[in-house]
Amino acid sequence: MSLVETATPRRGSLLRLVRSELRLVLGRRRNQVLLAGLALVPLLLGTVLFLSQDTALDGQGPGFVGRVTSNGLFLVVASLFLCLPFLLPLTIGIASGDAIAGEASAGTLRYLLTVPVARGRLLAVKAVGALTFAAAAVAAIAVVGIVAGATFFGLRGITLLSGTTVPLGDGILRIAAVVVYVGLSMTGLVAVGLFFSTLTEVPVGAMAATVVTAIVCGVLDQLPQLAAIAPALLTHHWLDFAEFLRLEPDWGVLGQGLALQAAWVAIFGALAWSRFTTADVSS
Amino acid sequence: MTDGLAISTDGLTKRFRSGQVAVAGIGLHVPRGAVYGFIGPNGSGKTTTIRMLLGLVRPTSGRAFLLGGEMPGAGADVLPRVGALVEGPAFHPYLTGSANLARLDASDATADPRTARTRAGEALDRVGLGAAAGKPYRQYSLGMKQRLGLAAALLRPRELLVLDEPTNGLDPQGTREVRNLVRELAENGTTVLVSSHLLAEIEQVCSHIGIMSGGHLLLQGDRAELTSRGLPRLSVQTSTDHVGAAAEVLTGLGLTDVQATGVTVSALLGDVPPEKVSAALVHAGIDLLGLEVRRPNLEQIFVELTGEGFDVAR
Repeated sequence: MSLVETATPRRGSLLRLVRSELRLVLGRRRNQVLLAGLALVPLLLGTVLFLSQDTALDGQGPGFVGRVTSNGLFLVVASLFLCLPFLLPLTIGIASGDAIAGEASAGTLRYLLTVPVARGRLLAVKAVGALTFAAAAVAAIAVVGIVAGATFFGLRGITLLSGTTVPLGDGILRIAAVVVYVGLSMTGLVAVGLFFSTLTEVPVGAMAATVVTAIVCGVLDQLPQLAAIAPALLTHHWLDFAEFLRLEPDWGVLGQGLALQAAWVAIFGALAWSRFTTADVSS
Repeated sequence: MTDGLAISTDGLTKRFRSGQVAVAGIGLHVPRGAVYGFIGPNGSGKTTTIRMLLGLVRPTSGRAFLLGGEMPGAGADVLPRVGALVEGPAFHPYLTGSANLARLDASDATADPRTARTRAGEALDRVGLGAAAGKPYRQYSLGMKQRLGLAAALLRPRELLVLDEPTNGLDPQGTREVRNLVRELAENGTTVLVSSHLLAEIEQVCSHIGIMSGGHLLLQGDRAELTSRGLPRLSVQTSTDHVGAAAEVLTGLGLTDVQATGVTVSALLGDVPPEKVSAALVHAGIDLLGLEVRRPNLEQIFVELTGEGFDVAR
């Protein structure tokens, strides 16, 4: 083979591509509508609870909902709790399933690859975009939750599940930890979405497969007959964010939750990489 | 083996998982500085070949070299010097023309971000899209989309342009503009591989031609050389009662394959000078209403080679 002139990448070129990707993901109208939809959850929940205060229904509701009226901080926790089974996986499934498949279906993938962008690099940048969107989704709930909670019910030191009350500063830290844990719990799902996204040129298919994965895991996790495999299911530790509301969080359980996500990220990230770096691009 | 060649392939083959052989062992040779017309009916394997050249599709067997580098491995090194339009333009519909170009430029690790805006502006002006740069892509007409695709290929100075059906969807005026653009780029030393299923549209600008059919490269080479392979044919128009006599004169001069249709008599000219034919006809007292010598064009050569019409999709 004759000598080929090599092309040296410029410094900062990766950052430039990441910025472009984030602009694309966060600037897209559909994604903004999805984030706004999630942000509506704490707003609506707060409004409903505010209006039903002082009625017979006050203080009732599933999980953390009943505690919101006494402390606005719980609006964040209650909203995350309500969004975790379906709305969050749906939103994140749409964004991560679209990552590669969307470019393939629009035909823009072939032009990115002939620019050229190395396939591994493109996958990494797409992962950054999808993870950022997942973080934005959780953050949208958290930020609107805390603002609405403060407005409707006021923020005060929280009473933990054990009955002990900790001061407001400690409470805010614990809520922040809940939000970060929920955000990290979404990373496995993002990896699953990216993998499905490399399989097809039909973005809706990849999105649906991702959301279905989360829902099926949630359902299987409920079956006592499947208790043996339950600890490996994507959603198994999602609700363990409640540990942060105990006086002494069980770090072992939280560690297992994060390790589980890391395992899903490793497996589906590797599958996505091996598929995407070798696939023929014929769209 | 790649010296002096912008593109060369050796036994390049693609068999799809369905078992269909899209490209059957072709040896493409595109000299540097050439305008290579890559011609063939729809479905003849042109686009699959181009995808393999650009590293989008892996060959089942055979090798492909682009600017001296073997694809797909050398992609990172050679593709920045290659501008490509593959199977029609494709951009983000909700972004403007210039935002789409900015997106592509941002993904080019070797492009200079400081000149991105200027280069995009120049590329848009060059294809006549300057005024529509701020419109969302989805509002573009088919012709404008095609132009934006060309602008993307011209974002940086290129050594090689691979243009797959660049005139698709363009009106005659747009087609002419693309031809002029190709001519202009070639004059500045850019090698151009331009594919089309319409031979007549690009034949005029090409220095070299390769003809694909059913996954095979039937013919390739210098255009002038290829067209000179066709045998010239002379045809004479005369009055109705002189047709038979005219045919006799042509036969007498040694012309072969003499055919008479209506008032036209034609024959393969061979080595006989046309002026000798006209003199002989006049001398024989035949009404000479018209005389024409025609070389077959590439399309006719193609039809002779394959025995089928050019636009027949297989």
